[in-house]
Amino acid sequence: MTCWETVQAYGLRAIGIGENLLPKTDFTLCQQFTLIGSGLIWNVYFGAVALICGFFLANAVALAKAARSPLIRKPADWFVFLFRGSPLFIQFFLAYEALVMLPKAGIDIFGIQVSTAWTTKAWAGALFVLFLNTAAYSAEIFHGALKSIPKGDLEAAEAYGLTGWQKFRRIEWPTMLRLGWPGYTNEAIFLFHATTLVFASAFPVLGQRGDALYYASYFADKTFNPFIPYPIVGFYFILLTLAVTTVYGMANRRLNRHLPSNQRQKIRLRPNLIR
Amino acid sequence: MFEACADPKAIEGLQWALCYLTSGKHLDFYWSFMTVLGLLAITAPSALAMGFLGATAARSQIAPVSWAGKAYIWMVRGVPDIIFFLFFVIALDQLIEYLKFLAVCPATDVSPWQGLEFRVCPEAKVPSARASGFVHQLYGFGLAVVTFAIVFGAFTANVIYGAMQAVPRAQLETAEAYGMSRGQVFRRVLIPQMWVYALPGLGNLWMILIKATPLLFLLGVKDIVYYARELGGSKTQAYEYPHGDWRLYYFLVLLVFYLAFTRVSELGLARLTRRLSHGQATAAGEALRKAAA
Repeated sequence: MTCWETVQAYGLRAIGIGENLLPKTDFTLCQQFTLIGSGLIWNVYFGAVALICGFFLANAVALAKAARSPLIRKPADWFVFLFRGSPLFIQFFLAYEALVMLPKAGIDIFGIQVSTAWTTKAWAGALFVLFLNTAAYSAEIFHGALKSIPKGDLEAAEAYGLTGWQKFRRIEWPTMLRLGWPGYTNEAIFLFHATTLVFASAFPVLGQRGDALYYASYFADKTFNPFIPYPIVGFYFILLTLAVTTVYGMANRRLNRHLPSNQRQKIRLRPNLIR
Repeated sequence: MFEACADPKAIEGLQWALCYLTSGKHLDFYWSFMTVLGLLAITAPSALAMGFLGATAARSQIAPVSWAGKAYIWMVRGVPDIIFFLFFVIALDQLIEYLKFLAVCPATDVSPWQGLEFRVCPEAKVPSARASGFVHQLYGFGLAVVTFAIVFGAFTANVIYGAMQAVPRAQLETAEAYGMSRGQVFRRVLIPQMWVYALPGLGNLWMILIKATPLLFLLGVKDIVYYARELGGSKTQAYEYPHGDWRLYYFLVLLVFYLAFTRVSELGLARLTRRLSHGQATAAGEALRKAAA
């Protein structure tokens, strides 16, 4: 099998397209690169979808945390505490066990049978956990940014006659994003890293369609040689991190475009660990 | 454990619950919380030591040492830590067995890496095949501790390196002007002053370390996640205490444990920060001084 044939056979294996049987013997470097790369599809899917959906919830929760009424503030505080105070690993297990307990036959809502089996699948269940998790972490970042909007900016907005929604939309929200963006970039990177936990925790891999780490540990188990597959995943994740930094850097430049160049916020990559 | 629990099928209600929660497996479960705390107690200081070494190396005047330190700090950037965890456990295991292989096995020119196997002679197995289950457990735990220390050491090194850079240059230059040697400046001026700058980062790392402890499960240690899955799984009538699928409740207990632990740590760190800021020339120290006045 040439390398190109391997890519054709296994390039989309992680989503169930191509050769069904994984290689069993004579593992080539090409096979490892291809399969681990195809697993990366899952990591990108989880990370990207959770980030995009989580962004909106994070904004809402950040505002709720800043609300004056305790009826709005307290639930937001608890939501953030729940997801930031416990390990993501446990959250995955808990969510999976809770979803498994849903009635198999489906739930009857106003006479319509809603099936529940799909919720225990990783693409839905794990995505949901990641979505809530990133929303909580980002909400904390945005809340911090909201609190550190310069007083002068708000006073200037009022002097211009901006109030309420207008003031929020044109002054507060963009400034909040601008101030929180470096932290949010780091959060995005860690979220992509955290996606490797999905199949390592409770969610089962169906039909050997797993993420990059799943295939890497498959090869490490089969060949008893961790020195090839794990550096390959590492390499892929460094590429992914660079891509995320680039995209977020573009957004950062746009958010900072009105500022003189010496006042712009730089994104500094700070390493972090599993949540 | 209790005599009344001799026949679990005959008892009911509260007593059943009491007997169930004190069964041998459950006592193992409670002990496994000590595994987590033990891991934290050993890993935190060793990661701090590793981090200190790494940061000191990165600041070294000798280029190769400085490169090594910087490479160590950079190692964990951009790559999910779980990959390091999985990698180091196998790699360390093979490294130890390979070293023992060189020492004790009869001389052959066959490498242990044979195609799809890693094979050493029986004498070189670590731990040896005759060792008890407890020794195997301990060995696995030891590998996990070393792995955690290496990975978290890199993160700590990054924090401490940043804190060392944050100490005002003027302080170091003044010390040099007093005629102190490089070592003296490092010991007497740099180290005592860097802790205030390092504390927020170290506190953050401590929280992350707590939240990383369930990964012990992935490293093959019988930790709380392992027991929660074991005990919670539905038990048929063949078992002493039959019950349905209770894993959800066991994981709820773990969730509460971690939430309480992180919350207590948060409060403790806030107090520590307050104490360390006392009398410091920082904004927090200034705020404390004003509040007292």
